[in-house]
Amino acid sequence: MWFLALISQANAETFMPTQATEIATSIDNLYGFLIAASFISCAILIGGMVYFAIKYKRQSANDKTAYITHDTRLEVLWSVVPLIIFLIVFAWGWVIYHDMRQMPKNALEIHVTGKQWAWMVEYKNGVKSPNIVVPVNRDVKIILTADDVIHSLYIPSFRVKQDAIPGTYTALWFNSQKLGEFHVFCTEFCGTQHSGMLTKLKVVTQEEFDKWLVEESEVSLLPMAQRGAKIFQTRACASCHNVNNETVKVGPSLYKAFGQASHELEGGEVVQFDENYLRESILNSNAKLAKGFGPRSAMPAFQGQLSEAEVTALIEYIKSLK
Amino acid sequence: MGHAAHGTSYINSEKGLMSWLTSLDHKRIGILYFVTVLFFFLVGGIAALLLRAELFAANVTAEGVATAGQIFKNGDTYNQALTYHGAIMVFMVIVPGIPSIFGNFFLPLQIGAKDVAFPKLNLASWYLFMIGAAMAIATLFLNKIDTGWTFYTPYSIRTGAAVSLMVGAVFVMGMASVLTGLNFIVTIHKLRAPGMTFHRMPLFSWAIYSTSIIQVLATPILAITLMLLIAERAFGVGIFDPKLGGDPVLFQHFFWFYSHPAVYIMILPAMGIISELLTTFSKKTIFGYTAIAYSSLGIAAVSFFVWGHHLYVSGQSELAGVIFSFLTMLVGVPTAIKMFNWLATMYKGSIEFRSPMLYALGFLFLFMIGGVTGIMLAVLPIDVHFHDTYFVVAHFHYVMVGGTLMALMGAIYYWFPKMFGKMYSECLARWSWIFIFVGFNVTFFPQFILGAMGMPRRYFDYIPAYENLNRISTVGSWMIAIGFVIALVSIIKALVSGEKAPANPWGSKTLEWMTESPPITHNFSHDPVVTEGPYEYK
Repeated sequence: MWFLALISQANAETFMPTQATEIATSIDNLYGFLIAASFISCAILIGGMVYFAIKYKRQSANDKTAYITHDTRLEVLWSVVPLIIFLIVFAWGWVIYHDMRQMPKNALEIHVTGKQWAWMVEYKNGVKSPNIVVPVNRDVKIILTADDVIHSLYIPSFRVKQDAIPGTYTALWFNSQKLGEFHVFCTEFCGTQHSGMLTKLKVVTQEEFDKWLVEESEVSLLPMAQRGAKIFQTRACASCHNVNNETVKVGPSLYKAFGQASHELEGGEVVQFDENYLRESILNSNAKLAKGFGPRSAMPAFQGQLSEAEVTALIEYIKSLK
Repeated sequence: MGHAAHGTSYINSEKGLMSWLTSLDHKRIGILYFVTVLFFFLVGGIAALLLRAELFAANVTAEGVATAGQIFKNGDTYNQALTYHGAIMVFMVIVPGIPSIFGNFFLPLQIGAKDVAFPKLNLASWYLFMIGAAMAIATLFLNKIDTGWTFYTPYSIRTGAAVSLMVGAVFVMGMASVLTGLNFIVTIHKLRAPGMTFHRMPLFSWAIYSTSIIQVLATPILAITLMLLIAERAFGVGIFDPKLGGDPVLFQHFFWFYSHPAVYIMILPAMGIISELLTTFSKKTIFGYTAIAYSSLGIAAVSFFVWGHHLYVSGQSELAGVIFSFLTMLVGVPTAIKMFNWLATMYKGSIEFRSPMLYALGFLFLFMIGGVTGIMLAVLPIDVHFHDTYFVVAHFHYVMVGGTLMALMGAIYYWFPKMFGKMYSECLARWSWIFIFVGFNVTFFPQFILGAMGMPRRYFDYIPAYENLNRISTVGSWMIAIGFVIALVSIIKALVSGEKAPANPWGSKTLEWMTESPPITHNFSHDPVVTEGPYEYK
């Protein structure tokens, strides 16, 4: 499954994630400077503390101590020197941040929408995907928003992060110099499956990217069940519904579910697991809850989110799970 | 308790639970806070241990479903536990902690007053605090809260019904905080003993003064914000919810306009304690008294203008980010001044390694790391990477736990003989320090690395690459727990069978040590007249 691929291929390094962009490199250089400066400051203050603690350890209760109330020159020194260092790192940071906030012209624009608990990626030609696929060495601008609550799109290897806010558009950009797959996390707490709201970002060559876009846009020509499988993946249904066996994840397993003559509901009612039951459950998950999954469903209502053709394709896919 | 005879200690002046619950004596009210805050600390601490235990192992399934299951029955329970851990520790332990316990008990003593300015108001504050706390605890039995302690909209508008009650609880506790702050400000202005000029006030009292100003000025903002949130939930007013035309980020601005200054409500009193401990156990006058006193006020003032550094990735403008980054750097300066002054105080001193001093040195060590990582987070592009990751979690624990809690522990041991008239076991106290100090670093240092590697906060499950460091962190949490158990044992043992404490066991110079241990009801048998500064170790 894609997640295993994600784990094996993602470059989770032991200190900082892979630097895949120029911005990442410049941020890491600044971070390196900060670590060095911090280390020196700690060596002075903590080292000084330990040194004094040992050197001036109490010998007897009658020890005489020096009576020093202040020293203006020293105090000015240790106010001004830190201030200068702080201003240097502030200005250095500003320069990099300015680059991060200037959206490049002619960038490839991709719309990403956060939704409890998946990212929906949409390309200009109408292709929808659960993953972000981008060409290498190309400016990419991600235009973000959210459907329900605030989410935050975070790509550690690019050192970029931006909140996705319902009712507003925000944006970030990057230009990946590395091919490969990278983690994408949600970093704004958004409820039950916040921890599971992860996806991958795939950097491919321009040719592969173009080919992928065309292939994806031809999905409508696929057989219904296969199209349904795509939608099932895009909408992250697999996060909660098992399709390989009867083990329950978050919601009921859909393996061999279709066609059950007596499907028990919360509250004891028994219904038939048929097209109409499935349709209602997809569009309004709270209408009828399977036994053991009450009192409220965590599944978003897809009413108005899926086209008629998409719902039908999904049903055909679920029917095919045997 | 006007009828209590001179010479009777405040503990023995009256007997029975009711005499405590109706007492107007600032010392007794301090003890009431001591007991309640300690209880909430225990609750919040147990929640923390459970959270860490859950994070001992990664559970992510092949399809990318995050699951809980080591400890919590599902992700929701984990999210609730993290909310209660945060809310309890912030609103019921660290914010009220030092000012309410030690400010109440020692501020009047340190400035030579008989009590605070408004004793009845003081008791009323405690009751307000308890009502708020009861409301917060009540949510546990209604509809558990899972918003995190920050109550970000619009999530907090849509999730479980008890959010309004919890938010109301924070509102009521905020009122208690405002009234306590007001009481302290008036006390400092009006009730200082003859000769106790502002510049002869001990630095702990100065710190309480700065803290009180922030409490009085900032808390009402939180109160208004929380009221708006309740109005939004109850009446659908549409201030924060985008579906009703509101702006969810506005809530974040309002919230941090209080909550950033609140960070200094949490740390300034701790800094005051450190000044007291370092002079006493170095037997040396404080270096740069004026600088330390006024740097607290400086921090208090600047703290109101840095809230936007919580919002670098919220979509605020580049210019706003730059301004907030710059102002945040300015907070670093008075903080650095304090660090250097404390170090200089130890120079040519006579340093005694009593447990309070160990905690003070622990504070310097941990606060230094908390401080430098704070500067890193203030730098714009670095924060973009670290924001909402474990780096931030590690940073604020280094400041709040490594700073405030270390100071609180130091204060407990330092003032214990004065508060209860008994000595504690130095051996047990030192063991508690070793476990807490080492355990703290084992728990939180790996979290800096986890954050740099990209692990987001508020996750009950994570990708396997983060597992090793999480394991180390969890083991560290057990060490901290052992340390606090030892500390608790040492306190109980001292209360039961501690030796009688002399009036001034450490040879301190401040006024609270010039009366009996424990102090008499009216604090001083002769009204003190002050003729010199607080740290005249000549």
